[in-house]
Amino acid sequence: MRFTSLEELIGLCEQEGKPIHRLMLEEQAKESGRSEDEEFAKMASYYAVMKEAVSRGLTQDTSSRSGLTGNDAKKVRSLVEGDASSLGGPAGKAMAYALSVSEVNASMGRIVATPTAGSCGVIPGVFVSMQEQYGWDDTHMTEGLFTAGALGYVIANRSFVSGAEGGCQAEIGSAIAMAAGALVELRGGTPRQALHAVGLALKNSLGLICDPVGGLVEIPCIVRNGFGSVTALAASDMALAGIRSAIPSDEVIGVMLEVGANMPERYRETAKGGLAATPTGQRIMSDLYGKPKKPGEEPNDEHSGG
Amino acid sequence: MRFKDVFSIIGPDMVGPSSSHTAGAVRIGRAARQFFGPLPERVEITLFRSFAETYRGHGTDVALAAGLLDWDTQDERIPEALQHAAGLGVNIEFFPAHGDFAEAPHPNTARLRMTAGDRTMTVTGTSIGGGNIEIVGVDGFDVRCSCSYPTLAIYHDDRVGMLADITRLISQCSLNIGHMDVDRASRSGKALTLIEADGRFEKELVEALRALPGVTSIRTVDLTG
Repeated sequence: MRFTSLEELIGLCEQEGKPIHRLMLEEQAKESGRSEDEEFAKMASYYAVMKEAVSRGLTQDTSSRSGLTGNDAKKVRSLVEGDASSLGGPAGKAMAYALSVSEVNASMGRIVATPTAGSCGVIPGVFVSMQEQYGWDDTHMTEGLFTAGALGYVIANRSFVSGAEGGCQAEIGSAIAMAAGALVELRGGTPRQALHAVGLALKNSLGLICDPVGGLVEIPCIVRNGFGSVTALAASDMALAGIRSAIPSDEVIGVMLEVGANMPERYRETAKGGLAATPTGQRIMSDLYGKPKKPGEEPNDEHSGG
Repeated sequence: MRFKDVFSIIGPDMVGPSSSHTAGAVRIGRAARQFFGPLPERVEITLFRSFAETYRGHGTDVALAAGLLDWDTQDERIPEALQHAAGLGVNIEFFPAHGDFAEAPHPNTARLRMTAGDRTMTVTGTSIGGGNIEIVGVDGFDVRCSCSYPTLAIYHDDRVGMLADITRLISQCSLNIGHMDVDRASRSGKALTLIEADGRFEKELVEALRALPGVTSIRTVDLTG
């Protein structure tokens, strides 16, 4: 890849007069040794899996194995399709779709990690709802995934994208930033505006901890995907309106790295702090696994066989 | 660069619920299986840190088992992998590491000790996010690879010219090496070399490498298909 920072990426786009998705596809083909058509087809197949997950979660049972979550996306869709929604149609739909994909994931269904499974709802929620809103074709959406991938590639290599390394800011935060920047480009914004959308979005999730109840990608992960999709829409509107990220987006990524590196381990996907350590979180844990685990206490050293 | 390309960010296509704990675990298990070769009869899996804390809820156990069966991340049978493994006579045990023993290079680390007959091999892998992995140790050798490319593991004697012989054969096949890691147990002792290349290692090349003086065994690992 010819870029390691967002500034380099945007610089190349401006020099060569290309949108981000075009530059990413060329770089990807060079990196993989496969043709642009092959790489594009692979991404298109991923978009098909995303759309399938959206519809699966709205039509099929998504009860998770733990029984803690499932089937909420359907309720949200019913509400936002009526007159009772504060958000209104498109944003409400994005939220319902993001919840849907995230519930499919929690019930061990098939999804695409974007950039992770914990944050797999944000991009499909934004993409599928906006495709309906603007009437875009799948080719356009697939290009958008290359844009999102380029932005995520920089974030992942300059900081992290896993909750275990950097907290939820690294997962949901990265997904929101990727979705926001990609949506700017999908809507005809410039690479520079997409860059600002990344910084604006990422600033809003700095410090977000990863504290899944019972160690499961369910509470609070699923609703955070729903919220995240709405935030991504907001960030794209802000950037297209001309708001700039006063702190350059690359520097915001640096802050995410700093905050994540300093985050205590109990807030990094260990299920030992935050929501997981509340009385109710502990009760859920003991219902699931039989024995309670207090914060800071060594968990039971059980061996589970096959 | 830890993340190599666009599909390490958008992707993998996978069965949930966690890319680090499910998809990454499948890939660690699959890499370990390919390093080892045959279906193991017994596998002892030590889980560290975040893996140790949350492996049950994320299906890390079924995912590692699926990988040991050489399944890929989107295989919809993953939830039943432990039953499949048991049916094939693979006995898998999990040991969550705690206390001082729990020191590991990365929050999501698994060490797999595989046995078949009198052969034993240990592979340690970390899941670095988004389903991407790094192998960080094989049989006590301090070697790393990402398994993002076709990978060759060559066990050989530590001798002058060994690497030159290996790379010459590879270059004769017009195959480009992207990453290489070498570690030796002792001076003039046993060594392990891992090589990632931009294309597949064809059978003829592997046989030619196997025939080199000082090469004791050779394995190919390919999770790219």
